[in-house]
Order: sequence, then C-alpha cells, then structure tokens
Amino acid sequence: MLKRMAMVLMFAAAAAAFGADNPNQKCIDGLGFAEEDVNNAASLQKGSRNFVNYCLGCHSLGFMRWNRVARDLELSDEQLQQNLIFTGSKVHDYIKSPMPARDAAEWFGRAPPDLTLITRSKGPDYVYRFLKSFYRDDSPLRPTGVNNLMLDGASMPAVLADLQGEQALVTHVVVDPATGKTKAKVCDKIELAHPGRMSPAEFDVFVRDTVNFLTYIGEPVKAKRESMGVVVVLFLIVFTIFAYLLKKEYWKDVH
Amino acid sequence: MAGAAQAQANAGRWARIGAWIDARLPLSKFYQSQLLDYYAPKNFNIWYFFGSLALVALVLQLATGIFLTMFYKPDGVIDSEGFSGAFRSVEYIMREVDGGWLIRYLHSTGASAFFLVIYLHMFRGLLYGSYKKPRELLWIVGVLVYFALMAEGFFGYVLPWGNMSYWGAQVIVNLFGAIPWVGPDLIDWIRGDYSIADATLTRFFALHVVAVPLILLALVFVHLWALRTVGSNNPDGIEIKERKGADGKPLDGIPFHPYYTVKDVVGVGLFGVVFAAIVFFMPTFAGLFLEPPNFEPANQLSTPEHIAPVWYFTPFYAILRAVPNKLAGALLMGAGVLVYAFLPWLDRSPVKSIRYRSKVWAYALTAFVIAFCGLGYLGMKPAEGVYVISARVLTIVYFLFFIGMPLYTFKEKSKPVPQRITYHA
Repeated sequence: MLKRMAMVLMFAAAAAAFGADNPNQKCIDGLGFAEEDVNNAASLQKGSRNFVNYCLGCHSLGFMRWNRVARDLELSDEQLQQNLIFTGSKVHDYIKSPMPARDAAEWFGRAPPDLTLITRSKGPDYVYRFLKSFYRDDSPLRPTGVNNLMLDGASMPAVLADLQGEQALVTHVVVDPATGKTKAKVCDKIELAHPGRMSPAEFDVFVRDTVNFLTYIGEPVKAKRESMGVVVVLFLIVFTIFAYLLKKEYWKDVH
Repeated sequence: MAGAAQAQANAGRWARIGAWIDARLPLSKFYQSQLLDYYAPKNFNIWYFFGSLALVALVLQLATGIFLTMFYKPDGVIDSEGFSGAFRSVEYIMREVDGGWLIRYLHSTGASAFFLVIYLHMFRGLLYGSYKKPRELLWIVGVLVYFALMAEGFFGYVLPWGNMSYWGAQVIVNLFGAIPWVGPDLIDWIRGDYSIADATLTRFFALHVVAVPLILLALVFVHLWALRTVGSNNPDGIEIKERKGADGKPLDGIPFHPYYTVKDVVGVGLFGVVFAAIVFFMPTFAGLFLEPPNFEPANQLSTPEHIAPVWYFTPFYAILRAVPNKLAGALLMGAGVLVYAFLPWLDRSPVKSIRYRSKVWAYALTAFVIAFCGLGYLGMKPAEGVYVISARVLTIVYFLFFIGMPLYTFKEKSKPVPQRITYHA
C-alpha cells in the first residue's frame, strides 16, 4: 500500500515539475538551440573572430592562452598575431580583456564576468539564447535601455544590436479574476522592431559560431577526448572478449 | 643439452632466492593460503563482481589522486578577479597539464563509480543475507568503509572550490550547529574560521589526501581479513565449509586463484568499458557527476539556485530536508546511515538468500529500493511542495523497512534451503 502511495506521489511530483511557469517560457522556447559542434573548425575560427571583435573588449578568457587557441584552431602564430590579437598580448599570454576591472565595475554596476567556463556553468543553449534575446525596455530602471529574457535586469548592454537590430516583446497581461490585479505579463513573441546589418538567419549563424567557440573554450580538450574515447572503449571491448574466453577456458573443468 | 642445464641452474637460483625470502617473510605461504587454498563458492553471479570492482575503484582513486595532488593548490583565498588558487589550479590541470584532464575526469568519475559499486555491493549483501552469522563483523567493517568513503567524497567535493563546493560545505558544516549548547562553537572549530574559508579548505585537503585515505585503507584491510576468515557467502546463502570432501576441501568450492582471479578480470573489463565510455563521452554525466554551478568559483554573495550534493548523498539529503526541525532532520539523516550497521540483528530470519525467503521479504526489499532511489531523486530537487511530501512518505518507507524488520522477518515463511549450492556449468 505504501509502495503504491509512493508511486502515485512520485508521478504527482513529476507532473508538478512540468508546471513551473515562467511567463517568458514561450518566447524563450522560440529562440532555438546552440547546436554546438567543436569539430567544425571553420565555425570555431569564425567564432574566435566574432569573440575578439565583439566580446573581448569587456570579457576575458582568463584560463586560456592565445597560442593554445591557435594550435587547436589550426592557425599559425603569425595568423594569430595578425588576425586575433589586438590587445598587445604576447602569443603565450592568457586571453585578457584590456578593460580595467575596477573601471568596468563602476561603469556597468558589476565587472563583466570571465567567460572561459560560461558554457560549462550555464550550458551552450543558455548563452545562445542570452545573446539572441535582448529586447527594448524603456523602464527607468534599465540604464541600458534593454533587458534580456534569459537574465532579467542584465547589466550588459545590447552589444550586438548593430548586427541584429532592435527587438521588442509582444506581451499580454493575465489578470487574476478574483482580485482584478495583474498576475503576470506573458510573452507571446519577440520580434524585430528595427532591422540590423544582418538578416535574422545571418545573425543566427554569427551567434552560433560565437557560442561554438565558447563551448570549445569551456573544454578545449573535448574533441580530442571524444576521438581518444573511441579507441579506448574499442580496446577495452576487445580486452574483455579475450578475458572472457580465458575465463571460459579455465572454468571448463568446473562442474 | 647445455641450454637445459643452464635452465636448471637458473631454476635452482630462483628457488634459492625464494627460500631466502620465505625464511624471512613467508610470501609463498601467504600466496598458498590466501589464493590457492582459499576456496570460494563456485556459484557466484554478476552481483559478486562488485567487491573486486570496489578495490579497483580504490586503487584508481589513489593513483589518480596522487597525480592531482602534484598540481592542485589548496588555496581558498579569492583574488581580485574573483577566482581562488584552488579553482585556478583545477582549470590549470584541465588545460595546461599534459593529460591532466584525463586524470581529473578519471578521479571525478571514479568517485561516482566507487559509490555506485559500493551501493551495488551492499545491495548484494541484502539480497543474499551476507550480513548474517558468521559475517556480522565483516558487514560492520564494511559499513565503516562506507562511512569513511562518505567523508572522503564530501571532503573531495569541496576541493575544487567551486560555488557548489562552497555552499555544499556550508550546508553540511552548519548541520553541526543544530547540536544544542556546543553547536555554534563546534562549527567554528570545524571551519577554523567564522565562515567557510581558506582555513576550512586547507584542513579538508589534509583530511582528503592523508587522514581519511589511511583510515579507508586500514578498514579495507580489516574487511578483507574478516572475509578470508569466514569465507564468502553465495547466492544460495549456504555455508560451503559445512560440506567437505575426503580431501578436506569444500565440495561446492573452487580455489580463488585461478578461477575467480580470471573471472574478476572479466568483471573489470566490463566495468572498464562502461567507465571509459563515461569518462570520454559524458564526464559530467549531464551534471550529475560534475555539477554546472561548480564551474563557477566559490562566491559567498551568490547562492546556487538549488544547493544539492552529488547524487550519492542525495537519498540522505532528502531525509534531512524532509524533517522541518533542523536537529531532528540531522539526527534522522545520521540514523539513516547508521542503521545499516544493525542489520545483522534486525533481520531475524535464519535463511540468508532471497531465493529461499518469503514474499514478504521480497516486497519489503522492493519497497526499500524504491524508497532509496526515490529519495535520491528527490534530494536533487528543490525542497518544496510535492517534493517534500513525497520525501516524507519515502523517508517513512525507508525507516519502516529497518524498524519493522524484526517483526516481518520473525517466523518468516521461508522455503526449504537445499543442502548443496545450485550450479549449472
């Protein structure tokens, strides 16, 4: 009886988990997925260029060295210096933003975080959706004039608005029938109010490459790990087969 | 002919070296008595792999741990960029130490594998009554190994000094504050500071790499010693020593070496395939083995959305949170772990193996497994609403399994136990 009760409660718990209601959920779901692929070298190279041009002004990759990135992305030190390093760093330096941290904290309210591990702590999809979901917010509480669906009250301005254009939320208000008060402002869709320099499809690729690069930065060894894994697992399977045959041979005389 | 003479001379030399050693340290006697003359039941099934696998996991953790210690720095002081030396050193291992990422993933996955193997090993004990006479001490020492392992796992989890490390340490250490009178002072004494800080990290490091491993090794040695004294149980729960042949060897036994050494290698191979697949293809195990918030540095100003320990502690964490009173919750959680040590006396059925025990026992064991796994799931979820209510129900089921055991196993309607073990080649 108790067992059955427990089962029923477990199902109830699972059902309740699905009911978690974020009024922005529908809009967030529409933003798509990062579809990261760290084996796509072209995408990683484009992502590194995007990062250097649009992110590095504020964000460091403080656990990563420039020449490690070059090596993994199949670039020479010359290509690295000519195309990526604009901060005066040496090739073996860690990738640091030139912006002084103390000033940054004063300008933005908090210092822009180091992004080395952002895809590991938040996941690539979160970063992808974050970069795509800045929208206009004229509230006096928003010094940047924008807000973000993934991180309400984000300190970061819409750095990519020049490329993406300006987005606006289409919402409807849900009123609690009992009290007549506003219960929630539900997001129906996020739409492009003013187009930017890129088409939405081009911008998706831009963000995808950038997030792909950050996924690589989060775990630079991932591609190597997976290719090594195939060999190790295959070896262990073969080893186990031979170990089993040996065991069978020894156990022949056990009756 | 000259070659044969040479070989004979060589053999003679080796025999003399062997005799020289044996006169001073009886190595060959040890080999003879512990491997060749040690008879194990011949009907071990897959459940009997987990003992040797636990040993493999122990050696793996020791070996990888030594290498990690060469590069890890137990420094919990947060610098101007928001990172600690400890956190930086872990990323240094992951990125700049040759093969460091592999050593680290082997160690982090090894911790989860160790617990999984131990849980299955303990469940085997429940299935076949391995804690019953004459194996009570063997079982109790095993439970002590499990306690030491829990301490080791907890201290180890704190070392990367990620945000979950930090807040997990906070939650666990604060439990001691629930103790009346001495609680607050005790917390300060454990932390070595007025908050979880650098002093806490350095002492947890000392405990993780020296103190607890020494205790663990000593306990494992005693566990094996006791095992060699009473001998292994088996899926039929019959004592093979009670039926011996004319040569004095158990009729249903076979020498441990080579039969079980060669069989355990197969187990190690199977384990290795699964283990390597996780290490190389999903080392975070979807956030279960390495939790996402732990890739953020420790931050006393930012609490992770849900503080949850790693999966192997979540059943007990769910019990803790199911109780509204902090002290009562902590005591109940402690009881939930300690209760395993009393199993030999809680279970009153003389029959060991589930094969010959009643349906009542089978149902009780099933309910226990559901409660344990259910609590494990709920421990990962936020402590609110339905989750708390379910955790309370499952906590009751969990403890009813143990408290009710003397009643439902007393005069249990068991099936007749055969004289000899069942074995099909």
